[in-house]
Amino acid sequence: MSQAIPTPPVAAPPPVEPVTGRERRSRLAGFLFITPALIVLALFLVYPAYYTIRLSFYQSDFLFNFTHWVGLDNFKNLLTNDPDFLDLSTFPPSGSLVNNVRWVIFYISLSLVFGLGLAVLAVRVRYERAVKSIVFVPMAIAATAVGIIWLFVYSPDINQGVLNALLHAFGHDPIAWLGRDDTVNYALIFAYIWASTGFVMVVLSAAIKGIPAEIMEAARADGAGEWAIFWRIMVPMLSLPISIVTIWLFINVIKVFDIIYVMTGGGPGTSSRVIAFTMYYETFPNLKPGYGAAVAVIMLILVLPVMIVNVRRFRSERVIT
Amino acid sequence: MATYEQAAPLAPASRSERAVRFVTRTPLHFVLIAVSVIWLVPTVGLLITSFRPNSDILSSGWWNGLTHWHWTLANYGTVIHANGMGHAWLNSLIITIPATLLPLTLGALAAFGFAWVPFPFRDTIFLAIVALMIVPIQTSLVPLLKLFRQWHLSTPHFGIGAFAFVGIWLAHTAFGLPLAIFLLRNFFITLPKDLIEAARMDGASNFAVFRRIVIPLSVPALASFGIFQFLWVWNDLLMALIFLSGEPSRQPMTVRIPYLLSTYGPEYHLLSAAAFLLMGLPLIVFFALQRYFVQGLLAGSVKS
Repeated sequence: MSQAIPTPPVAAPPPVEPVTGRERRSRLAGFLFITPALIVLALFLVYPAYYTIRLSFYQSDFLFNFTHWVGLDNFKNLLTNDPDFLDLSTFPPSGSLVNNVRWVIFYISLSLVFGLGLAVLAVRVRYERAVKSIVFVPMAIAATAVGIIWLFVYSPDINQGVLNALLHAFGHDPIAWLGRDDTVNYALIFAYIWASTGFVMVVLSAAIKGIPAEIMEAARADGAGEWAIFWRIMVPMLSLPISIVTIWLFINVIKVFDIIYVMTGGGPGTSSRVIAFTMYYETFPNLKPGYGAAVAVIMLILVLPVMIVNVRRFRSERVIT
Repeated sequence: MATYEQAAPLAPASRSERAVRFVTRTPLHFVLIAVSVIWLVPTVGLLITSFRPNSDILSSGWWNGLTHWHWTLANYGTVIHANGMGHAWLNSLIITIPATLLPLTLGALAAFGFAWVPFPFRDTIFLAIVALMIVPIQTSLVPLLKLFRQWHLSTPHFGIGAFAFVGIWLAHTAFGLPLAIFLLRNFFITLPKDLIEAARMDGASNFAVFRRIVIPLSVPALASFGIFQFLWVWNDLLMALIFLSGEPSRQPMTVRIPYLLSTYGPEYHLLSAAAFLLMGLPLIVFFALQRYFVQGLLAGSVKS
């Protein structure tokens, strides 16, 4: 890839070389190629983001006008005065921000553990492709359908929900997984892990297959056990793909909405709401667009570090090439 | 270079070695098969349910459907006709096809500009687009809804109903473009420089180079972004919910299915059939083009 990158045109064009007509035309052509995309991005992505940031400092109405300047009040209310968003007075703390922290911790770590574990184990058997396909397929399924699938699995009716049928078979009473505030978040998180593990597995599996065989053989010849090989060789060599997958999972988890909308609607009560759900709820059903905009801005702030990492990585890559 | 994959399967030499190998590997097989079952059961359960009559669904678990064959297509008929899922399926398609082709076209044009046509501030603009890749949809919903109302991009024009979808097409295009430009530019840049220089020497214009050389050589990359965008738009709930839920006749399946849930409670004979109608097309696309999908995933994550 390195040799193919053309030299950046802006980087010090030699002053002796006169700008020919052909070059000037080519400069214009470059802009012509990117202009349609830039217009769409500016109108439908950048301008709306600016509008939302501005709106977060206002109280707004159902027409989304800047009705009344309130400064930082929306943010202050969210963080200190809205138990549905953040409530530190109870134990454990609650609110959609806290729920999202739960999602970050359990969804990311378990997806990584399952994905990496499957990638490492599946490579050792002949039916690797079959296992990988089975785990990967949910990637193509809409979150709406994932929601229906798992609603059915968790059904409290022992004639429908396979999980409660199993509990019943072992003599346990059925549990309303989605109806109790102490289980609902974990039930949702597991359904989403089921849908995402395939991605982690496929990416890490490709990375594992790229590890040179000599390294493995040398380690085995030196008497290293499989466990030591996993921790001392594979994990360090996979650190880059693991970090990239983690970033992907993080962005996914900050934006998680569909599955909660379908499976619980944020309930019971407000106990399974997350940030993105609160943004939707405050803006549309609750008709407080300014307040909802503040939630959207908090989401943007949460993914900002990822944006910086991406841009940095891209730049450093260019320096190397 | 030999890789780990090729080195993994070691042929056992003797019978006793084979026995030892079998015993030590049993837990491995057990774990992998258990995981496969856990990953399959939820989907299979719902699939079987979608073919069972409602009376059976209410009186016995789907696993009984495996031994007592009494299957029917009636659930599909009901959701397609009585619940309007057939219409919603068409809406999903009307939304998805332009919302896939538009970012693919604009993205390819821009990516070619970034890869092969020098112009001022090229790298700065490209970095800005990389940065836009992770902007959450939530930051655009409200202003876009207002914009679409003001510019009448969510109502039919000239008696053509499809014009009502212009707004959501453009919104999906804007959200797909940064990834499209990023993936395609990274692919275009790996094309042989000599080929493109030679064409230019022969007097080919930039657009001719784009159309005759770059596009035909980039089918895998175009396909992988196309699949991503197709799956993303078809499976999207949030944007459709915000931009289209006001008009029931324009709702796609993802918006329509949760309504089933809220009107009737969990009626699984309808929900299961609707869910599989929703999953059908993406699964076909996915299996037919899985190779490109995985290539795109790896290009977008590992290699970058």
